[in-house]
Amino acid sequence: MDAFIEVDRVEKVFDVRRRTGFMKRERRQVRAVDSLSFTVARGEMVGYIGPNGAGKSTTVKMLTGILMPSAGRLRVAGIDPSRERTRLAHRIGVVFGQRTTLWWDLPLIDSYRLAHRIYRIPDARYRENLDRCVELLQLESLLDVPVRQLSLGQRMRGDIAAALLHDPEVLYLDEPTIGLDVVSKAKVRGFLRELNAERGTTVLLTTHDLQDIEQLCSRVMVIDHGRLVYDGPLAGLHEAGESERMLVVDLERELPPVRVASARVVRVEGPRQWLAFPAGQSAAPVVAQLAAEYPLVDLSVREPDIEAVIAKMYAEKAVS
Amino acid sequence: MAGSRPLAEGWRAYRLIAAMWIRSTLTYRVSFALTVLGGLLVTGLDFVAILLMFSRVDVLGGYSLPEVAFLYGLSATSFGLADLAIGSAGRLGTRVRDGTLDTLLVRPAPVLAQVAADRFALRRISRIMQGSLVLGYALVASDIGWTPVKVLMVPGMVLCGGVIFSAVFVAGAAFQFVAQDASEVQNAFTYGGQTLLQYPPTVFGRELVRGVTFIFPVAFVNWVPAAYVLGRPYPLDGVPRWAAFAPPVVAAVCCLAAGLAWRAGLRSYRSTGS
Repeated sequence: MDAFIEVDRVEKVFDVRRRTGFMKRERRQVRAVDSLSFTVARGEMVGYIGPNGAGKSTTVKMLTGILMPSAGRLRVAGIDPSRERTRLAHRIGVVFGQRTTLWWDLPLIDSYRLAHRIYRIPDARYRENLDRCVELLQLESLLDVPVRQLSLGQRMRGDIAAALLHDPEVLYLDEPTIGLDVVSKAKVRGFLRELNAERGTTVLLTTHDLQDIEQLCSRVMVIDHGRLVYDGPLAGLHEAGESERMLVVDLERELPPVRVASARVVRVEGPRQWLAFPAGQSAAPVVAQLAAEYPLVDLSVREPDIEAVIAKMYAEKAVS
Repeated sequence: MAGSRPLAEGWRAYRLIAAMWIRSTLTYRVSFALTVLGGLLVTGLDFVAILLMFSRVDVLGGYSLPEVAFLYGLSATSFGLADLAIGSAGRLGTRVRDGTLDTLLVRPAPVLAQVAADRFALRRISRIMQGSLVLGYALVASDIGWTPVKVLMVPGMVLCGGVIFSAVFVAGAAFQFVAQDASEVQNAFTYGGQTLLQYPPTVFGRELVRGVTFIFPVAFVNWVPAAYVLGRPYPLDGVPRWAAFAPPVVAAVCCLAAGLAWRAGLRSYRSTGS
C-alpha cells in the first residue's frame, strides 16, 4: 500500500493579535495543528471530523498548498504542497462546501469550459469526464442554466463536477452535503461511492454529517485541539469512546430495578426499564438472564448514537 | 511559483478569467451600457470643474488650459489603463476576509493574475475614453514645439504611467493581505495620486512635490516628462533634464518593488491564513 498522503509531525502555529486597548495589542500563539501524523493510501475514503476550530480546515489548507506548515513534513502524491502549489493543483480536486467556484452569472457549462482551459485538459479527456459527470450527477438539463438560478443541491453537484474534470487523484470535500435535502444528499453520496470504486480516487471528507461518513468512509479520523484523537474504522469509535448500548425492557408490572450481570439500570419508568451495557459486548447473555429471572413482556436494543459518542470524545479531551 | 514561464502562464490565466467576467457583464447589457454612459458623464464632469476654473483665470500655477489639459489627459488615461487592467486587485481584502481567496489558491495559475482579472470591469474604459479625449484636445490646442522625441514621448508617458499606477495597485493589494480593510488607504494613493497629477506641480507645496517625485514617484507619470515636452522648468531643484526620460526606469523599479511586496504579502497570508 503506497502512502498517497503523508503527514508527519506537522504543526501549524498562528500568531493571533488581539486588540486589548486603544493601542495595546496582545500577541498570543495558537497551535491549530499540533504534531499531527497520519497517512492515507491511494484509493482510500477517509472521513475527517472534529468540532469547529479543531484544526480540520487548517489541515486541508496545508494539504492543498494554501497554507505553509510551521513544522513537520507533508507530501501529497510525492509533492510538497506549499512549495509546488501550482503543480499540485493539477492533481487535486477541492470542493469548498460553502463557497462555490462556479461562475454566478454564466451558464454552468461555461465554468467547465474555463476549467478545461485553465487546467489544460486534453479535449478527449475533458469530453469524456464531462459526459460522465453530467450523467452520474444528472446535470444534463442544468448545463445551460445560469448558476445563480440553480438550487443549492444542484450547485453542489455542479461544483463537484467542476472539481473532477481534470482527473484529480485526490478529492478534498469540505462539507459536501451541508444544507442539502435528503434526495440531493443521496445523489452526492452515490456519486462519490462510484467515483471511488471506478476511478480509485482518494477522498478526504470533512463533515459534520456523520451519515456521510457512515455511508462512505471505511475509516474515520477524529481531530480535536489540533491532535488526532481517533484513527480507525467507524465501528471502533464505539469502543474508543467507551460507549454503551441500551436494552429497553418492558416487564409485566412495576418492579424495583432489575439486577443483571454486566448491565446496569439507568432509568425506570413504570414497568419499563433501561439497561446500559458496553457496546462491545453481546446482548444475548443479558437477555437470557432477564428472561430467566423476570416476567419479561417485550424488549428492544438501541445502538449507541455515534454523535453522542463523538460529543463525549470531544468533551473528554476538553477536560483533560 | 517557481514554475516555467510564470509570466506567460499569468497572462494566459488573466485573459481567460477576464474574458469570463466580460461575458458575465454582458449578460446584463442595458446595465452595462448605462454604467459606461454614467462613467463618461461623471468623469467628464471632472474636467468640467477645471474648465470652470479657467473661466475665471487665464493660467493655473503658470500653466494655460491646454497645458493643464495635457497633464490631465496623461494622468487620467494612464490611470484608466491601470485601473482597467489591474484595478480589481483592490478588492483583494474582501476575498481575504470572506475566505474566497482560497479558491484561487487551489487553481494552477499565478494568484496575482487571478486577482488582477477578478471582476474585470470593462466599464472602466469610460475613464480611458474621457482621458484620451482631453489629451487629444490638449495636443491640438497647445503650441508645443514638436520634435520627433517629444512625439514619441506621448505614448511612452501613457504606457509608463499605466505601469506605474499598476505597480501602485499591486502594492496596495499586497498591503491588504496584512490589513484587510485597507482598501481606502489604497484609494488614497491611487485615486488621490491620479487627481493630484491632474493639476500643475506649481500649485502644490514644495514638500508634497518632493514626496511624489522621490518617495512615491508618481510624478514620473506626467509632471516630470511633461515639463520637458512643454518646455517648462520642473519646480524642484535637483531634478536634472534627463529625468524626463526616466519614466521607463522608474516604472521598472516600481514593478520590482510591487512584485516584492506582493510576494511578501502572499507569503504572510500563506503562513497566517488571514
